[in-house]
Amino acid sequence: MSKPQNILVIDDEQVIIDAVVKICSLENYSVDAALNVKTAIEKISKNYYPIIICDIMMPDGDGFQILNELRNKNINSALIMMTGYSTVENAVNSLYQGAIDFIPKPFTMDELLSSVFRANNYQEIKKKQTAFSNKNTGHELLYVTCPAKYLRFGYSSWMFQENDGSVLTGLCDLFLKTIESINRIDLLELEDEIAQGISCLTIRSGDERTHKILSPVSGRIIEVNQNLKLNPNIIEKDPYFEGWVYRIIPNDLGYEIKHLVPCSSDRL
Amino acid sequence: MFKKIGFRLIFVVALTSLVIIGVYAYFNVKSQSAGLISEVERHANQLGETVISSTRFDMMLNQRDRIQQTINSIGTQPQIRDVRIINKDGEIIYSSDSININKMVDKRAESCYACHAEDKPLEQISITERTRIFRVHPDSNRVIGIITPIYNETSCWKSDCHAHPKNQKVLGVLDVSISLAEVDKAIVVREWEIVIFAIVAVIAVGLLIAFFVRRWVSNPVHDLLNATKQVSQGNLNYAIKDLGDNEIGKLGESFNNMTKKLSEARLQLFQSDKMASLGRLAAGVAHEINNPLTGVLTYSSFLLKRSKDNPELQEDLKVIVRETLRSREIVKSLLDFARQSVPKKSSADLNEIIDKSISVIEKQLSIKKIKIIKKTEINLPKITVDANQMQQVFINLFVNASDAINNESGTILIITKQISLSPFGVAQIKKAACPKRHSLIDNEFKIDGLPALRVKVVTNGNEGIVHLDPVYGKHRNYFELGFKTSKDTKFVCPDCNTSIVQQDKLCPKCGAPVLSFEISGQGVYEVCSSENSDWEKWDFVDSAGLKEFLEVRINDTGSGISKDDLPKIFEPFFSTKGQKGTGLGLAVIWGIIDNHNGTITVESEEGKGTTFIIRLPLSQK
Repeated sequence: MSKPQNILVIDDEQVIIDAVVKICSLENYSVDAALNVKTAIEKISKNYYPIIICDIMMPDGDGFQILNELRNKNINSALIMMTGYSTVENAVNSLYQGAIDFIPKPFTMDELLSSVFRANNYQEIKKKQTAFSNKNTGHELLYVTCPAKYLRFGYSSWMFQENDGSVLTGLCDLFLKTIESINRIDLLELEDEIAQGISCLTIRSGDERTHKILSPVSGRIIEVNQNLKLNPNIIEKDPYFEGWVYRIIPNDLGYEIKHLVPCSSDRL
Repeated sequence: MFKKIGFRLIFVVALTSLVIIGVYAYFNVKSQSAGLISEVERHANQLGETVISSTRFDMMLNQRDRIQQTINSIGTQPQIRDVRIINKDGEIIYSSDSININKMVDKRAESCYACHAEDKPLEQISITERTRIFRVHPDSNRVIGIITPIYNETSCWKSDCHAHPKNQKVLGVLDVSISLAEVDKAIVVREWEIVIFAIVAVIAVGLLIAFFVRRWVSNPVHDLLNATKQVSQGNLNYAIKDLGDNEIGKLGESFNNMTKKLSEARLQLFQSDKMASLGRLAAGVAHEINNPLTGVLTYSSFLLKRSKDNPELQEDLKVIVRETLRSREIVKSLLDFARQSVPKKSSADLNEIIDKSISVIEKQLSIKKIKIIKKTEINLPKITVDANQMQQVFINLFVNASDAINNESGTILIITKQISLSPFGVAQIKKAACPKRHSLIDNEFKIDGLPALRVKVVTNGNEGIVHLDPVYGKHRNYFELGFKTSKDTKFVCPDCNTSIVQQDKLCPKCGAPVLSFEISGQGVYEVCSSENSDWEKWDFVDSAGLKEFLEVRINDTGSGISKDDLPKIFEPFFSTKGQKGTGLGLAVIWGIIDNHNGTITVESEEGKGTTFIIRLPLSQK
């Protein structure tokens, strides 16, 4: 899209910071670093970083403090959470509390870059959206929000419980827009188990990046949308209906629903 | 030696039989000798009567020589010591011993006294009164003497020869003395016989008792003792051989059962502790190792991107990336293992979870032609579990079972049922307080991995700490060394010195003071303060009765697990599948079941198959 933006990387290990700096510089991002929560908060209040890559466990606090700080100060940085203690709980909590992505350590260069790429696009879209709404024009032109009765997991995937108790899952339009173009979708098989916060499908975009999508709910796949295999573009055209991905039998919906955001709140 | 139970038994039995035989022998000898003597007595009496009647005619004719002759000839018989006829005045008229003739007999002497009670005339008296037994010299044989009175009769005072007066009743007496030497000899022989019989009988009884005591009591008790020693030394695998079907045999069986349960419980606790620390370790290691791995992975993938024009370098870098990714998967499984901490529990049907698990791997099993047989109890009550974790457990066990089945057409048998188990030896005291509500739980001191109860002991000015077993019924209490409890010993709260001894109550087993603890919301726990008593009581738990469990047995007809491997299978990183497995599967399962307060045990026989038994408490309190 447009020219790369500044990134702040927060981690207590210098080698991680160096690695992130090196990788991101490759795509011409300029990277700033903080070795602990305190310096990070100072830097956030002084400068604006469109993208923040943040470790969870640090000596003087955790990444969730940074998320709180952003929310309290109303800073709209896109935060990518990364951690060596990559539990499902951490992933789910991060996305629920407003992080746009979660990368478990150790990650490859591609994994980091595709996440940063999406974060950058996300910010671009949000910026355009603000610009549009300032001009009083609708933002529907940029992406379609999910239907009112749907629940979303972060901004990436959605779920909807049908009358028969089964749950449909799919991808949010905003997320698809950050990927830009879909080349191929790798789906799981029938009868496979998926779990909330764990990767459930991989998308290869036109520029050969791979994007892993975390599942919004846990359960057993009872139906896979075969049309997606034949024609991956359906998901871009109609992500909420024709472009659904899996139909599953949920395991523990009552518990997991607490970490999902109702799409109706997006319309306010 | 006398402390041996067998010896005591033999001693008591021998003593009893000795007393019985002795008493019997005493009365037997007594009655036999009485019989013999009365026989002699009767014989002597008869002899007397015979002498009198045979001499009667001569007496009538007053043919004294003939009388004397008759008496002499009778007197020659070997047993007869003396035959005398004494007149009323006590003069010996005839005697077989001629020296005694014309001698006077002292009427006051014992032999006459029966009739002549102080100058009274002779009267008719019974045979026993006429008999006397005496010794001529203290060391000579006993002699029985019998006196037969010779009564006056009509012809005596009518005859004119030497007419007796008519009013005279008794004319004189015939005294026959017979030696008892033979009889006494017979009695002595009899006595000896009985003594020998008694000794032989006592020895025989003793030997018989010794044999059976040894066989039924001493040897089994020795085996039991040996077994308890083995167990106390920590060898919980020691089993007593079959001790028969009596009480001791039952005791042995129950002992074996106990050690088996004990070793299971120990393994479970040991495992629990190990898992917890390993979990923490794994989490820590995973976190620490992930950072350096990130460095390796990012830099190597970075290099890979930048060296597109160098295919040789690319190949090498690809290896680094591939292997680092593999490390990432290993660490991930390690984290999965460490992360079984907080199950998300909800009410679920165990049978349903099992059905779901089966449906997941049904295809795999049908390819291997493995049959699944379900014997599930219908109407099984719902149980609060993490359905996902339980499903993981079952799938993992089914996969293991199918891996173990090498030949075609094996079977996996699944049995579910509800069972009841006693809380004694299972229930754990998690909160205990003194009367002033200070917690007495000591998290620093653990008995078999569980925080113990802490009590301060004050005795003779010394202070010490006693740690009590938090598991009700286990009683593995720790008394600080060198402590002797006495009557003046006080048991108090370490924080406020309030006594925790229960008033007006003593241990029903040993009479020592009873300690009582308030278990918040679960009544009062009482335990004997003595080191040597194992009395304890927790009414709240007892009254709750048996605890309900759901049991799942998963049995396969696979290759089984060798005896050497059996104790290790729940250990992390133990695997028999080589490169195919991480060795974490069963460790994870174990952790999940433990987090549900349940137990998992395994029974296996090589070549025949394996059974996993999972027990989950119905109430999660």
